[in-house]
Amino acid sequence: MQVFIENLAASHNYQSTRLLQILRAIQARYHYIPEAAINQLAGLLGIPGTQVTGVVEFYSFFHSTPRGQYELLISDSITDAMLGKHSLMQHLSEKLQLAVGAVRSDGLVSLDNTSCTGLCDQGPAGLVNGYALTHLDRARIDLIAELINQQKPLAEWPGELFEVDDNLVKPGLLLARPIAQGEALRATFNRGLQETLAEINQSGLRGRGGAGYTTGWKWHLCYEGPEEDAFCDVDAQKQAQRYVICNADEGEPGTFKDRVLLNSYAHQVFEGMTVCAAIIGASQGFLYLRGEYLFLYDKLQTVLAERRQAGLLGDNILRQGLDFDIEICLGAGAYICGEESALIESLEGKMGIPRNRPPYPVTQGYLGKPTVVNNVETFLAAAAIAVKGASWFAAIGTEKSKGTKVLSISGDCSRPGIYEYPFGTTIQTILDDCGATDVLGVQIGGPSGTFISNQELQRKLAFEDLATGGSFIIFNNSRNILDSVHNFTHFFAHESCGFCTPCRVGTSLLKKQLDKIVEGHGSAGDVVALEELCRLVKNHSHCGLGQTAANPILSTLERYPELYQSRLKKISYEPGFDLDGALDIARRMAQRNDAAAHLTQTEAEHD
Amino acid sequence: MTKTITIDGKTIPFEDGQTIMQAATAADVYIPHLCHHAEFTPHGSCKLCTVKVNGRVCSACTFPASEGQDVLNNTKELNDDRQKITQMLFVEGNHFCPSCEKTGNCQLQAVAYHLNMLDNHFPLFYPHREMDASHPDVMIDHNRCIFCTLCVRASREHDGKDVFAISGRGINKHLIVNSESGLLKDTDLDMNDKAAHICPTGAILIKRTGYQVPIGQRIYDHHEIDEVSLAMEHHHGE
Repeated sequence: MQVFIENLAASHNYQSTRLLQILRAIQARYHYIPEAAINQLAGLLGIPGTQVTGVVEFYSFFHSTPRGQYELLISDSITDAMLGKHSLMQHLSEKLQLAVGAVRSDGLVSLDNTSCTGLCDQGPAGLVNGYALTHLDRARIDLIAELINQQKPLAEWPGELFEVDDNLVKPGLLLARPIAQGEALRATFNRGLQETLAEINQSGLRGRGGAGYTTGWKWHLCYEGPEEDAFCDVDAQKQAQRYVICNADEGEPGTFKDRVLLNSYAHQVFEGMTVCAAIIGASQGFLYLRGEYLFLYDKLQTVLAERRQAGLLGDNILRQGLDFDIEICLGAGAYICGEESALIESLEGKMGIPRNRPPYPVTQGYLGKPTVVNNVETFLAAAAIAVKGASWFAAIGTEKSKGTKVLSISGDCSRPGIYEYPFGTTIQTILDDCGATDVLGVQIGGPSGTFISNQELQRKLAFEDLATGGSFIIFNNSRNILDSVHNFTHFFAHESCGFCTPCRVGTSLLKKQLDKIVEGHGSAGDVVALEELCRLVKNHSHCGLGQTAANPILSTLERYPELYQSRLKKISYEPGFDLDGALDIARRMAQRNDAAAHLTQTEAEHD
Repeated sequence: MTKTITIDGKTIPFEDGQTIMQAATAADVYIPHLCHHAEFTPHGSCKLCTVKVNGRVCSACTFPASEGQDVLNNTKELNDDRQKITQMLFVEGNHFCPSCEKTGNCQLQAVAYHLNMLDNHFPLFYPHREMDASHPDVMIDHNRCIFCTLCVRASREHDGKDVFAISGRGINKHLIVNSESGLLKDTDLDMNDKAAHICPTGAILIKRTGYQVPIGQRIYDHHEIDEVSLAMEHHHGE
């Protein structure tokens, strides 16, 4: 192992910024990160051992105790649950004779849940040693269990298990006609850099990750850099290092558009990044690819190689004197890294903890240098605007939301997949297109977004009405809303980075309080207490995760208060402490579960 | 002309580069806090110093002061929320004040007094946390750690070491130390290090010094934390 790690660190030039990539390789090779590896790495990279330990313990895909040679993870997204994930998981658990969360005693296989894998249009889905498994059903589960028991190497597993479809159902303005390779760069150099920035500005393009910051303005601020640079002469200002980062960490449950954009439109995404680099004066770019999309990695490397070959990347791009290259960095299972400053920390080889702002990444980003972080779809759109101009883009959409939005549609509909719509389209139109009937409501923008009921289907897709990073999950009338609220609330507690008190403790308290009500232990004051807690977590959390973690509860409590009230007991007070639950360990030790081994909590239950 | 902000209607001068907390402290205005310490880089994680700046919720310890800001600090609404945040810190750990050596000198307890916290409000988590008594002079009781990172920062910024760090994610966050064994005895911590004395709670204690001052005669038994905090920070500022 010592030699393996020495060579590995050498291949990454002993750069501590490469820590996640190095740990990914160790995890893949040994199925855990041994203590000795942590100490050796700390020495080789010149960082405290605590930084390595911190990173290992922060990311879901790293483990400090051995996992199975086959690490099986099944997606815990609500859409997978709707497709029968729970009974499949039970079946898988029986087939492998392995409890969820455990490693089999022979060390061959481990099984666990994982947050949404971005395959909601072809779930139930999972990961084996990091590679995506789609369309799981009983037959596939049986096959997988057999392959594992036979110890077949992954390379010999049938290819159809790993097939990922694009499911591009409705291409629009951007996706129907992708630009030709190099077209945006040529247009940019012909028109002039400042002139192209002006086009991006005038197009009204706003960030597609969900927050909607004006893209042109972000690029402009990064080009200007920190105030102190403004006093440098123009040449010195140009020499300052700047970075372009493409945020492909789409972790919002129900989102999978970036998967398709990177699978089929990668050239245009990379071209958008290169246009940005030309404008702001960056020589280095990064694609931060979520760990779940490992299956795209080799393909994307090939695309980068093609672009270097074609003179569209590397030194002296299109002989215009622009030097710019892109590196792909994989994440390791942390939703929080979709937040731009947490993503930057992660790229620097640290835990993904959002930074205090100001300063913003445009002035102090990666390694403290001015950095543009944009969503995959934003770069895709920017490349098209560089070719076709501002008015082509701005002619579509609404006053405050120009252009189109790519949606990932999943849940109860007959045609889940990728749809592109002009901003301003009504939700009803979208539901009609994807074959959704008997609709109860739609979760727009994922758990951190808004739940709308079937009384609001005339509302519009737009920053000024329903903003979304792309997630669009449909629920029909057979669904229980509280199931999704339960799933989402547990998701946020699992993904909270733990930096600030209101989110670290608050999301866990939300989980406890919601469970108490959903499981029928709530009493009169409990819904009020839940609402109060929601307000605290929303108002006081450090970043967007905590600020939106209560949205699933708040948006359903507003629309279906009776649903919550109906779960309450008709007694004035129910203790938060579950006396019978606390005896669970004793029951397991005594190996009994008969009625006499249970306690009831209230007089009412005795009657 | 000096630049000014207002806090609860009172006009307060500030210098460029100062945070709202620094400007407030210089003007003798107390903003409750636990993870902030005048000598170290602000962290912004405990969120007790939450104030409203022109209507927007901000952490006073990290947010830069700028001309004309209208800051709300000592309001009922903010203090009620601060009390709840303090209660969160109490329930996530195991804080039993009557049996804790730090009682009366504990800033968590003192902030709770200041905010008139009378109960835990939230259900207790009762987490299982270990003690590390391996070091000859210093001990860690993880039950009382509130992840303020003051020991982390003091070790790095003052002692020139890297003894402490916070690891883990979400509610599983925990304090770790920099040694191959993971034990405090194998780190280069010395009992005279600033990091060994900075803990606002009783999570890091110096051995063989317990109960030298009787309970009832300790700092916060007789003084409010606002008064103590401002006096101490003015002392640091000199």
